[in-house]
Amino acid sequence: MILHSLDRKIINHLQGGFPLTENPWDELSRQLDIPVDEMICRVERMTSEGILSRFGPIYNAEKMGGGLTLAAMKVATERFDEMTDIVNSFDEVAHNYARDHELNMWFVIATETPEQITQVISKIEKKTGLKVFNMPKQEEYFLELKFEV
Amino acid sequence: MTVKPLAMTETSEIDAIDRQIIAATQSGLPLSRNPYHDIARQLDLDVNDVLQRMQNMLDNGIIRRIGVIPNHYKLGYKSNGMSVWNIPEEKISQLGKLVGALDFVSHCYQRPRFLPEWPYNLFAMVHGKTHDEVIEKVATIAALLGDDNRGHKILFSTKILKKTGLRIR
Repeated sequence: MILHSLDRKIINHLQGGFPLTENPWDELSRQLDIPVDEMICRVERMTSEGILSRFGPIYNAEKMGGGLTLAAMKVATERFDEMTDIVNSFDEVAHNYARDHELNMWFVIATETPEQITQVISKIEKKTGLKVFNMPKQEEYFLELKFEV
Repeated sequence: MTVKPLAMTETSEIDAIDRQIIAATQSGLPLSRNPYHDIARQLDLDVNDVLQRMQNMLDNGIIRRIGVIPNHYKLGYKSNGMSVWNIPEEKISQLGKLVGALDFVSHCYQRPRFLPEWPYNLFAMVHGKTHDEVIEKVATIAALLGDDNRGHKILFSTKILKKTGLRIR
């Protein structure tokens, strides 16, 4: 996809920098030298086209008291669809990806409290009869706001 | 999920009004000239109260940042590989920061090993336009880590089985 240079400028600038002030667009307009209406229009279009998956605050669920982990399972190929249905049936499973490894199913579990993570994992183990490898993050090393387009 | 402030060191206190602000903004800000005014009006709050509360949430990390999230896939970054690395425990903090700062790494975490079958304790999500580009970038990380890399793998995603956003009620 070819992006207009102004779209590029807006994306790069807005990844971490939407001002938290009464008139945020005016401030940006001065910084980027793009009229307010044009900026809003471009962000609106990029959102509706799916170029931007979000515009707004990005919340950290764990800081609000929730539990979050990455879990993996080794699933036999012939039972993969069946096991996918079981795992996906849990509301607490937010994302689930098939990956090319012996541990071939990787999913994110998000719960209201940290304690519920182990409960959900035991339920998944019981229903699937498979071991769940629980891999919660122990440390975070990313800056997140630097995806240059 | 329901937001409940917990008495934990990692958790910051938020009250009922903060929760209303979270609920009103978690799927995004309105694309209007004065988005914070609109949120304030919607919740029957003063705009300065909204700004102050959001600033507090930014300061204590409940809000990671405010801005846009580009869709890697739509921008042509069609391949993503979860690279996993076996790094000596005593070096992981230093090397994790190094890997996490690379512009093609979107997430970088230390996670527990499961020996003997899973020796990898550093996870770095690498994005590229093609599989080959991801492989090339992973080679860059390997070169950066040198002898401190005791083994690594790239796990490409072969299928998205489920994708729902994290939701707070």
